[in-house]
Amino acid sequence: MSRNGPAALVFHTLFVVFMVAPIVVVCWVAFTPEGFLSIPTTNFSLRWFKALANYPEFVHAFAVSLWLGALSSCVALLFAVPAALALSRYQFRGRDALSALFLSPLMIPHVVLGIAFLRFFTSAGIGGTFLALVIAHVVVVFPFALRLTLAAATGMDRSVEMAAISLGADGWTMFRRVTLPAILPGIVSGWMLAFIQSFDDLTMTIFLATPGTETLPVRMFLYIQDNIDPLVTSVSASVIAITMTVLILLDRCYGLDRVLTAKGGDAGR
Amino acid sequence: MSTTVSANPSDARTGLTLALPALMLFTGVVVIPLAMTVLLSFHDWGQYKGIEPVFILKNWIEIVSDPYYAEMFWRTFRVAVLATLITAVFGVPEAYILNRMQGPWKGLFLLIIIGPLLISVVARTLGWALLFGGNNGLVNKLLMTSGLIASPLRFMFTETGMVIALAHAMMPFMVLAVWTALQRLDPQVENAALSLGAGSFTVIRRIVLPQIMPGVLSGAIIVFSLSASAFATPAIIGGRRLKVAATLAYDEFLNTLNWPLGAAVAVLLLIALVLIVVGSNALIERRYQEMFR
Amino acid sequence: MSLLELDRVGKSFGPNTAVEEFSLAVTKGEFISFLGPSGCGKTTTLQMIAGFLDPSHGTIRLEGKDLVAMPPAKRGLGIVFQSYALFPHMTAAENVAFGLEMRKVPRDERDERVRKALALVGLAGYEGRHPRRMSGGQQQRVALARALVIRPSVLLLDEPLSNLDARLREDMQIELRQIQRNLGTTTILVTHDQIEAMSLSDRIVVMSKGKIEQIGTPQQVYEQPASAFVAQFLGKTNEFAAEVERTAGLARLVAGSWSAPAPAGATGTVTISVRPERISFGSSGLAGRITSRIFQGNHWLFQCDTECGPAIVIRQNDGQPQPDQGETVHLIWQDSDMSLRASVAA
Repeated sequence: MSRNGPAALVFHTLFVVFMVAPIVVVCWVAFTPEGFLSIPTTNFSLRWFKALANYPEFVHAFAVSLWLGALSSCVALLFAVPAALALSRYQFRGRDALSALFLSPLMIPHVVLGIAFLRFFTSAGIGGTFLALVIAHVVVVFPFALRLTLAAATGMDRSVEMAAISLGADGWTMFRRVTLPAILPGIVSGWMLAFIQSFDDLTMTIFLATPGTETLPVRMFLYIQDNIDPLVTSVSASVIAITMTVLILLDRCYGLDRVLTAKGGDAGR
Repeated sequence: MSTTVSANPSDARTGLTLALPALMLFTGVVVIPLAMTVLLSFHDWGQYKGIEPVFILKNWIEIVSDPYYAEMFWRTFRVAVLATLITAVFGVPEAYILNRMQGPWKGLFLLIIIGPLLISVVARTLGWALLFGGNNGLVNKLLMTSGLIASPLRFMFTETGMVIALAHAMMPFMVLAVWTALQRLDPQVENAALSLGAGSFTVIRRIVLPQIMPGVLSGAIIVFSLSASAFATPAIIGGRRLKVAATLAYDEFLNTLNWPLGAAVAVLLLIALVLIVVGSNALIERRYQEMFR
Repeated sequence: MSLLELDRVGKSFGPNTAVEEFSLAVTKGEFISFLGPSGCGKTTTLQMIAGFLDPSHGTIRLEGKDLVAMPPAKRGLGIVFQSYALFPHMTAAENVAFGLEMRKVPRDERDERVRKALALVGLAGYEGRHPRRMSGGQQQRVALARALVIRPSVLLLDEPLSNLDARLREDMQIELRQIQRNLGTTTILVTHDQIEAMSLSDRIVVMSKGKIEQIGTPQQVYEQPASAFVAQFLGKTNEFAAEVERTAGLARLVAGSWSAPAPAGATGTVTISVRPERISFGSSGLAGRITSRIFQGNHWLFQCDTECGPAIVIRQNDGQPQPDQGETVHLIWQDSDMSLRASVAA
């Protein structure tokens, strides 16, 4: 394969600068020793990270986001794993329609989903509760959990399951001893991707969050609406650091491009 | 001979049973709420009386007739189209360059370029707000010292700023779509063209581009639909006055509290997007039919 | 009494018929091959015996019991899959032990049987190895051990050797035959390789387009093929059209300048089928000209243009001089080396 010429490399460098600039600048400003927004050059300080301790609403929002992400990703997988097995293993009428329905939260703008959930949960009398947030997040992260599980289930050699059956395993034993271990990498990646999606969602959540159930992105957004100061950059820098960690984990154990392009059916391993 | 999936009725039943919990969840928590929202857009609302469950066209007539909404929708789509164009113009060559890179560099830069996709959109947009910053923002300083402009440009609270920040947020989708298309390309075909005497520019224009066009277009559809329904970026960069569909719906719901009107805006956005996305998908499929067969 | 009995078993997928009227009785200890090109229905038949597909009609009986009503997990058949289908997250020993675990065999006995099964297939000492870290041949042996350790009433092999290279495949064929003989396990092998089928089996079921073409011993199907398909699928063959002519009450079979006494009952136009290695060159017989002659080490391969169409002749390289290209020759063969079929327009 031929190499890139100098012009291509200049373009590439500028492109990468464009992509990382806003992320770098946030993290950089977060280390300012000043009381106002500035880009530190000689002095770096952790004062704004320490200051976070004095803003319990950020700490609380962070806890809400963590719990919400972890819980909704788990619940989403409880629904997604059997659904993925159904879509990958069985032929039945309406199968294509079903998979389109399950992936629809990717197509529907999150504003619309947020509005629909707000209307629905308010009518159901659970508006503003953590439970409502969990249900909404389960639906929104479901496609991500489903896609990776589906890719793993489709890519799996089915004769391995037949072998287990022929050796006398019943359906449940086969699932527990053979299928589950085989699709586990897909499930784990699906969980991580679902967690990130839940952890980062603003557009849908902002319709459902109330002061007690504000997630971190919602808290940050509302804060920025009022004023932008170094405090919110230190929050952002922390979020970026957490996401990067999960991201690198995902890349290591599954390959990031594969995680993000996984479509049920063609992402065999 | 490969193992055949049995198509007997008991198997179909097992399949449906496994999918049933998810189906019930989606019916209960997606289909019904969406139907309720469509219904809500036909309800009446008043400052003091609140929501009245009647069936009227008031909200729809208001959206269609008031030029304020027309301008807002027009802005939404203008911004989305511009952001899509920028991602295509810069994302396609970058994906091509990325694909020609060697071993570990490829993986590293792919991570750097598509990684931001998963980083909080609020944090990323905050970054642009810092870069744009008023008159002495970093971008303006850089442009002025390099002599490209004489006086500072306005980025915050302008459509220009919105388009740049949106293009940045959506760029990973374009690069990913083109990257996937490039992966399917047989590298020998490029070499074949070179051996027949084509220059590298001709190879890109005549050989590579036509083959990855479906990837570019499907990337464009994703970028367009996500840009047109984006909320965080327009809200932070555009501020309170420069409204797009998503921020308007948000205001109607959480500030004005006119839910029926907000629902109508949201439903209109959904319908417009579904029509555009489904329509262009069908066009692309028909145009590139032979490539997928 | 036969151990496994298939009676007019058929399978269709919608309008497509995969297997038609398949009847076969397998006796205990027999090694049977289902032989045919891909898509002939051999794997479908195997899957119906295994229970992964339900027959559309017909019955399958094992030791007199109806097998169709029995779920696949309860059939107690050992299966070796084409892809081996080893459990990738389990060691060789864990793979082999799985079936015994399902049967709740006590731990001590289980360990002992796993050890013996692995030793049987020549993998003693590989107990803790994961499939990923084994060669194709070794994986194949683990799969065989896993199927045999449960002492199956019938062992089903689905193209088990097709992923191995030629040399290894031959070694495995010999080993497989020895193991099967020693254990006396009734075995059904699905294959598209006629050499494999012939070298391993007691009987071969030749299939084409969902139908059984012939059931017989390797010698029978090779030397007395029941149809043109069988004759051609099991190695090279020559076919000539011949007429039965009656002069003075004596019926003779005539093809060009070759003739022989006609067997009783033959009339009209018939097809003679002769294997290339059974033909020799003589002074009179079917006249022809050598169009090419190829030296292949232990034998010569001749292509001839005869009065009755093209023919191939294989002669052992026994040191005798052989005819040259372009030479006129006469092809002869023993009456017992040809098989006759009534010609049907086909």
